[in-house]
Amino acid sequence: MKFKTALLGAAAAFVLAPAAYAERGTDGEVKLTFPQAVSIMNPYLSGGTKDIYASSMVLEPLAGLTPEGVLVPKLVTEIPTKENGGISEDMTSITWKLLPDLKWSDGTAVTADDAVFTWQYCTDPAGGCSQATKYEGITSVEAVDASTIKVTFSGPKANPYTAFVSALAPILQKKQFEACLGAAAPTCTDANNMPVGTGPFMVTGFTVNDTVSMAANPNYRDPAKPAFATAVIKGGGDAEGSARVVMETGEFDYAWNTQIPPDTQASMTAAGKGQFVVAFGTLVERIEMNTTDPSPDLPEGERSTAKHPHPILSDIKVRTALSKAIDRSILVEVGYGAGGKPTCNVIPGPADWASANDGCLTQDMEGAKALLDEAGWTDTDGDGIRDKDGKPLNILYQTTVNPIRQDFQALIKDWWTELGVNVELKAIDPGVFFGGDPGSPDTFQKFYADVEMYANNSESPDPESYLGQYQCKNAPRPETQWQGENINRFCTPEYDALYATLATTTDIAARQDIAKKLNDMVTKDSMIVVPLVHRGTLSAHSNALGGVQINAWDSELWNVADWFRVK
Amino acid sequence: MLTFTLRRLLLAIPILLVISLVIFLLVDLAPGSPMSEIPLTVPPDVRQRMIEALGADQPVFVRYLLWLKQFFWVEPMTLVDGWFGTTFAAGEQRILSWQSRSPVFTIIGQRIPQTLTVVGTAYLVGILIAVPIGIYSAYRQYSVFDQAGTLFAMIGFSVPTFFSGTLFIIIFAVWLGWFPTKYDTTLVVTDWDSFVQRIRQMALPVMTLGLANAAAISRYMRSSMLDNMAMDYVRTARAKGMSERVVVLRHVLRNSLIPVVTVIALGIPSIFGGAIITENLFGVNGIGAALIGAIHANDIPMVQTLAFIFAVLIVLFNLIADIIYGLLDPRIRYD
Repeated sequence: MKFKTALLGAAAAFVLAPAAYAERGTDGEVKLTFPQAVSIMNPYLSGGTKDIYASSMVLEPLAGLTPEGVLVPKLVTEIPTKENGGISEDMTSITWKLLPDLKWSDGTAVTADDAVFTWQYCTDPAGGCSQATKYEGITSVEAVDASTIKVTFSGPKANPYTAFVSALAPILQKKQFEACLGAAAPTCTDANNMPVGTGPFMVTGFTVNDTVSMAANPNYRDPAKPAFATAVIKGGGDAEGSARVVMETGEFDYAWNTQIPPDTQASMTAAGKGQFVVAFGTLVERIEMNTTDPSPDLPEGERSTAKHPHPILSDIKVRTALSKAIDRSILVEVGYGAGGKPTCNVIPGPADWASANDGCLTQDMEGAKALLDEAGWTDTDGDGIRDKDGKPLNILYQTTVNPIRQDFQALIKDWWTELGVNVELKAIDPGVFFGGDPGSPDTFQKFYADVEMYANNSESPDPESYLGQYQCKNAPRPETQWQGENINRFCTPEYDALYATLATTTDIAARQDIAKKLNDMVTKDSMIVVPLVHRGTLSAHSNALGGVQINAWDSELWNVADWFRVK
Repeated sequence: MLTFTLRRLLLAIPILLVISLVIFLLVDLAPGSPMSEIPLTVPPDVRQRMIEALGADQPVFVRYLLWLKQFFWVEPMTLVDGWFGTTFAAGEQRILSWQSRSPVFTIIGQRIPQTLTVVGTAYLVGILIAVPIGIYSAYRQYSVFDQAGTLFAMIGFSVPTFFSGTLFIIIFAVWLGWFPTKYDTTLVVTDWDSFVQRIRQMALPVMTLGLANAAAISRYMRSSMLDNMAMDYVRTARAKGMSERVVVLRHVLRNSLIPVVTVIALGIPSIFGGAIITENLFGVNGIGAALIGAIHANDIPMVQTLAFIFAVLIVLFNLIADIIYGLLDPRIRYD
């Protein structure tokens, strides 16, 4: 054991050694490839992860998050807390202090005015800012002096680290974007494609949905970084092609989002040119149960609404039986390999926020059958399908068109058929399913099916806003033009009440406790949400690229300044 | 001929207007939303504001008329401004892609060069391979060469590019390591080395597309040659004691080329259309990749503009093919 540790230590020292005496721009070019090409370098006008990650090499927030989900200062001297006086006693304001002598890549000084401007830019109602939630509940952002930014909230804010935190909410340069407020935002093509930033790289060339060329920022705050003189992000193709150019041909150093089947992962790793890395955030592939009746016999406008409870799935025994019949470890093995693990939680991480809920991990077919018998669903006519009061146990199971999801559908259908359930499968184009068009019957919000499967996640380690989606008021219905995040139409006063206390609780341990309870209320206590797989983001990097620390809580490229060439 | 050309050009205007309306309605009525690629973590009210900022919530006819104005007035004027430094289009909104917020014509301008280089070269290579194969296959009908040529054409026809392309990648890039698999669009040819680099990165996509192109054209060439070989004038030429070379290459070939040239001319718009699958596979990121990316993202202005440009090119090259046909074949007269 000791010897192994010593070896590991030596290996680590060997790997880290070049970084210690590297200078800026001595390691040549780093080449990245994204299967979805970068469309725009301004994260406020895009919501696509590809654009946010690419822009994170150029634009920086005041503070970011580490792979462990811990805040780390980027443009500020320290993370404001109650203890250091950065957060006011009543939790209604937070004050950030900028680093001294901070410069934009064009050489001008970064000031508090830039942050104030960024807030104005994203909150302008005509601008269509995609990160508007990051600036919600803020009454003002002021420049106390040139390097002090004070954010004031409308009330006590339990989690004040939203504005200017993580790659989703970086600081824009006021000088460059001044003319791009509100309705003018999309017309500033040059600024949106080549923003001036404080990050380790600056954009030197941009072709839409194709290539971003970057060079080391001469004014970057650490004079020894980045090690690479230039960087390129090439977009396009598919996940397998991206993985191949890193793992098999060695043309690229890093490939983002290489979600490929487990057997292909193994054969590419065998080529010995690179490795897959995985980061687990909160992305959970789940089956959502419809608590309302989606029957086509109901009039339009009443179908899948709270007016008609679901005739089959309203019974918790049926929901539990359906969950018990699933073997989650087989699903992981077939669909994700190293990129997934079985879970029973809606919030599977970070560890401090995740409930110790593992009751669903072992398949229990007999238990499931017994539950259905108990619920009165028995096979009276001997056709293999259970029935009750003359109605067969029919379930329509929908998801998006996606090879892994179709594999999951087939496996789960087999298990449910064994249970005596008649399962009909449906696969919908993802553009329609997630498109939210109120005129289409096939959106996931409308939920004209009994169960549906997709993945969702919390964008920050603190899941407050994520858990908010299961409140009664968020149910999609005709009055909301079928918009809303409470897909299941789950509605209990207990949940809403407990969620209300979460918003006012500021003690971190108490918040974690409430979050776990809320998680259990929608999963094991009610089986409204049946989590299947905790999905990681799988990326690949070449063995010749050092310093990669994949991150699920912030941009995957959060520490690109520390990357270096392994010689 | 001139009146024929003018008449056809005038007739093209109403045809193209109808086409533009049909495309617009088709694209607009297709299910989906420009917000479908936005993560679920963005709440519905923010989505709604993003849609409003794009102008996507306007009624369909307002958007169609706006697009017509932008396409036929603002964009040409922007071009004129660019040439002469005038300010006709100052302050006017150009056609912006919803996905990237960049002007659609700027994106097309960025993408046309690699599409023309790669797809155009593949078309040329395809013709250069196909014509000799077609000629010799017909001249030695049912010979071993003809059988091999037929096999080649069958493979080219029936193997889809996503399969042949991946196969070429595995053989030539992964196993042999000869060629790169990702096309570098930022490469500028300045010296011999960068020229070699350009050739190497073009090799795989050109091979993939060239195979498919050559297959089709070689079959046209062969059957057209066979038709002519049986003609009386060929027998006459031989009877006059002309060499086989003169008979085949001067008499038969020239007459056989007429239908083949038409086929080739009609295929040219597809060069501008790019090659959706091959471009994606090799990261060429030309027009084809732009189109499929825009369709996935429900980027209506981009899809509409590209589809309409293709329509214009197809109408135009149909006319050109008709004119060439008239020039090549003295029997055909349009007046």
